Amino acid sequence: MSTAETHRAIEATYRIEAPRLIAGLTRMVRDVSLAEELAQDALLVALSQWPQSGVPNNPGAWLMTTAKRRALDYFRRNKMAARKLDALAYEIETDTEEPDPDKVLDDEVGDDLLSLIFTSCHPVLSTEARAALTLRLIGGLTTDEIARAFLVPETTVQQRIVRAKRTLAEANLPFEVPRGPDRNERLGSVLEVIYLIFNEGYSATAGDSWLRRELCDEALRLGRILSRLAPEEAEVHGLVALMEIQASRLNARTGPDGEPILLLEQDRGRWDQMLIRRGLVELTRAQQLDAGGPYALQAAIAACHGRARKAADTDWRQIADLYAILGATTPSPIIELNRAVAISMADGPAAGLALVDDIADAPALKSYHLLPSVRGDLLFKLGRMEEARGEFLRGAELTRNAREQALLRSRAEACLN
Amino acid sequence: MRFMMIVKANAESESGKLPSSEELAEMGRYNDQLVNAGILLAMDGLQSSANGARVTFKGGKPSVVDGPFAESKELIAGFWIIDVKSKDEALAWARRVPFVDGEIEVRKVFEVSDFPVDSVSEDTLKKEAEWREANQKPITG
Repeated sequence: MSTAETHRAIEATYRIEAPRLIAGLTRMVRDVSLAEELAQDALLVALSQWPQSGVPNNPGAWLMTTAKRRALDYFRRNKMAARKLDALAYEIETDTEEPDPDKVLDDEVGDDLLSLIFTSCHPVLSTEARAALTLRLIGGLTTDEIARAFLVPETTVQQRIVRAKRTLAEANLPFEVPRGPDRNERLGSVLEVIYLIFNEGYSATAGDSWLRRELCDEALRLGRILSRLAPEEAEVHGLVALMEIQASRLNARTGPDGEPILLLEQDRGRWDQMLIRRGLVELTRAQQLDAGGPYALQAAIAACHGRARKAADTDWRQIADLYAILGATTPSPIIELNRAVAISMADGPAAGLALVDDIADAPALKSYHLLPSVRGDLLFKLGRMEEARGEFLRGAELTRNAREQALLRSRAEACLN
Repeated sequence: MRFMMIVKANAESESGKLPSSEELAEMGRYNDQLVNAGILLAMDGLQSSANGARVTFKGGKPSVVDGPFAESKELIAGFWIIDVKSKDEALAWARRVPFVDGEIEVRKVFEVSDFPVDSVSEDTLKKEAEWREANQKPITG
C-alpha cells in the first residue's frame, strides 16, 4: 500500500471507532470538546505509528489507551484538574490491554455512547445545533459535509458546533443516560433530531443530491445504533421502521427528469424491498412493546403502503383506522384530512366528504390548498360538478405552486364538460 | 453507499463441513459489531455448491448443470451487505473479518447516487421544490 492509501485506511478505522472513543473519553474528562481533541490526538499518533507497526488487533482499544495517556498529560499540565487526574490515572492503571470483545455491547461502552447521543441531543441546544453536533460526533461527518447537506456556509456549521459545545460545558450537565421521569422527554428530543436529519435529506429542495441521500442513510444508521442501545424503547423501533420504509421509496419518488411522482403513481418495482422488509421487522418490534406511539403509528401507515404490491391492493380501511388512533393522540386537522382520504378510498367518496365537511372550518386549514383539492376530488367523484369546479378553483388560488395550479385549473375545466 | 462483502469459497466450505462453535462465536461477535454500528443491511451464508446448480444461457436457451463445481475459488460461500460512507470504510470492515485463511471480495452496489449530478440546473431546482410540496400532500386517488 502507498502511504496515502495507508493513511486513508487508518482514517477509515478511526471513523469507525470515533463515536465510542469520544463517548468513553467524555465520561472521563466531562467535556465533549476536549474528548474530541484527545480522540483526534490519538488518530495522529496512529497515523505516525501504524504505517510501521501495522494496524493493531483491536484498534478501538489501542486508540482509547493512547487517548487516555494524552488526557493524563493534559491534566498534568493543567494542575487545576487534579481530581480528574486521579480518577483517570486509576482508570489507566486498571486498563487491560486486550478488552473482552464481548464488551462491545456491554453496559459500560454502550451506556457511554448512549449518554453521548443524549448529550448531543440535549434540549438546552437549539434543534439545528443538536442536528449538527450529532452528525459531527456520532455520525462522524465533517463540518464541510454537514454544511453542504444543510445548504449553509461551513463557518455557520462550525460556529453552531463550537457554541453547542460551549453551551453544554457551561450547563455542566451530568454525562449520563437519563432515567426516571425526564427520560421520555429526553428520548423525544433524540428521536426528533434523528427524524429531522432524515427529513432534511428526504424532502430535498436543492443542493448536492449525493449528500442529501447520505443524510437519509446517516439518520438510518443513527436510528439503528439507537435501537441496539435502547432496545426496550418502542418509539425508537417505530422511528427506525418509519425511516426504513420511507427510504425504500427514494428511488421511485422522482421521474427521469427529476419530476415528483406521487405515492400511488410510483413504480413499486423500484421500491427497495430489502428496506421494506427491515422496516416491517422493526415495526413488529415496536408493536410488541407499544403500538400506540406516534412514530409506530406513522410507521404502521407507511407499512400498509409498503406491503401493497399494487396501489389497488392498499388496505385503506386499516390506514383510516390508524389515522383515527394517531389523530386521537395528536389531534390535527391535517391528520383528519388524511383520514378522510383513506375513508373515501375504503368506503367511497360520500363517506370521505362527510368527514372533510366536519373539519372544513378548522382555522389551521383556512389557507391550506389541499382542503379544497381533496373536497373537489370527492365532489367530482360524486358527480357534483358545479361544486367540484368551485373547490378546484379555490385550491388553485391558494397554492403558489405553478404546476399544481395548472393541474387544479384543468380539473376545474373538466367539470364543465 | 452500499457494499457487498463476498466470502470466497474454499475446499473447506465446499466440503460441507460446518464451522466450529468457536468460529461461529467469533463470527457472531463480528456480526454484532456491524449491527451495533448501524451498517448491516443483510447477510447470509451459502451451502456448498453440491446443493446448487448453474443455469447457463446460449443463444437465449437455458441449460442446467448440477453442482458441485470444482473451481472453488470462483465460488462464493456467503456475503454481507453493508451501508457505509466510503470504500475505505468498507475495506476497514472487511479487514476485521475474523478469518485465518480466506478471501473477501468487496464490491460496490449500484445506486442512483452513482449517476453524476455535477451541476443542478434551474429546472431541476424548480422540480425539486415541486417535489417537496407534492410530498407533503395527503394521499389522493
